[in-house]
Amino acid sequence: MRVGVLALQGAFAEHIAVLEKLGIEAFEIRQPKDISKPFDGLVLPGGESTVMKKLLRKLNLLEPLKKNIENGMPVLATCAGMILLAGDIEGGEPPCFGTLDITVKRNAYGRQLGSFVCTENFNGALIEMRFIRAPYAVRVGENIEVLAVHDDKIVAVKQKNQIAVAFHPELTNDTTVYNLFIDMI
Amino acid sequence: MNEQYKLNKELAQMLKGGVIMDVTTPEQAKIAQEAGACAVMALERIPADIRAAGGVSRMSDPQMIRSIQDAVTIPVMAKCRIGHFAEAQILEAIEIDYIDESEVLSPADDVYHVDKTKFKVPFVCGAKDLGEALRRINEGASMIRTKGEPGTGDIVQAVRHMRMMNSQIRHIVSLREDELFEEAKKLMVPYELVKQVHDSGKLPVVNFAAGGVATPADAALMMQLGAEGVFVGSGIFKSGNPAKRAAAIVQATANYNDAKLIAELSCGLGEAMVGINEQEIALLMAERGK
Repeated sequence: MRVGVLALQGAFAEHIAVLEKLGIEAFEIRQPKDISKPFDGLVLPGGESTVMKKLLRKLNLLEPLKKNIENGMPVLATCAGMILLAGDIEGGEPPCFGTLDITVKRNAYGRQLGSFVCTENFNGALIEMRFIRAPYAVRVGENIEVLAVHDDKIVAVKQKNQIAVAFHPELTNDTTVYNLFIDMI
Repeated sequence: MNEQYKLNKELAQMLKGGVIMDVTTPEQAKIAQEAGACAVMALERIPADIRAAGGVSRMSDPQMIRSIQDAVTIPVMAKCRIGHFAEAQILEAIEIDYIDESEVLSPADDVYHVDKTKFKVPFVCGAKDLGEALRRINEGASMIRTKGEPGTGDIVQAVRHMRMMNSQIRHIVSLREDELFEEAKKLMVPYELVKQVHDSGKLPVVNFAAGGVATPADAALMMQLGAEGVFVGSGIFKSGNPAKRAAAIVQATANYNDAKLIAELSCGLGEAMVGINEQEIALLMAERGK
């Protein structure tokens, strides 16, 4: 089982460390040549979504990765990754992959002083959630399964092969979110 | 460790692999975001102009910082003078995302740095070596950067600081546990931080390169030397084609090991900022605050 982690910017090393601890082969995706060999899953990490969006286009990674997602490759998107997947971004900014039927609000909790930690129900399990200048979903489509809600805001969703969470499971020791992702592979 | 401090260190982790750019206007901030900056540093004058103008250099006008906060969605940082905790309080009051307690501005205190543990908002501080870095972290800094000479376009000092930091870290890793106490004394830092470096083999917080970065090759050099991201100050908006140069530096930082790509990125960027060699300058800002 090989999982590619988008490594253009942000907390990709943290994801790779967790995946390796779970015994999964993880590799960095920085250029099209990195995805020339077949792989089984994709992680879109936290970081700055505007940066990743630009680089995905410039480095010709957007289309091949989008095709993978549309063809059913399991994908785990965290924080900025949720914005990359969203079909609609509040404020009218054009979507990146646009494969996930949600409307996302970026910096939804405000600036860094609004960042916080909580313990919340994720798909039936209580887990630690770390929100850092995080987004949340303000609208979800019919095919969306809501995995977590915090303070009436949707912070984790699933649509077939796509899981998107507004928080950072890679910064905690809890692997509940990863297990759900790996089970799809 | 308190939760806010942990979240602040984690915000720095989200900036890794990215480029933080100095901007002086909302227009420049938009150009920076469009080029792929992972954050902007809002300041009234870029370091090259501070150096040229001389005189006392202070925190920027909060209204100007606010106009930049309104112009972009990426994090906005701003500088306060070393030791000027009142300026830092003002920056926290306008909800800045990161405060740079910076030697680029005129120091307000020649003995004490800001007690950064008293703030909720995160701080980044400059460091020439491991001792300085750990002292700043002990004071509450949640991110470190090299103290390369600002506004010169000369990379030599950032290189020196990054090499020094990493060679000192390697030295500490190589020590026996019972030698760490003496090492802590030598570095003038708490034993706990030295032990942490010894066990993890790295700084307890993210470490960026700053000062003198002017080209995609400069960014790649610093990343290959172990920087986790890059600050670019005067290098962008003092150059011939800021948007193109900024985008090239962003790409070079993301793919710092790919010389072929960086060769392409370096083509036709227009004029780089006019540099000053370190021997030619009278004021070494890196000597401010130790």
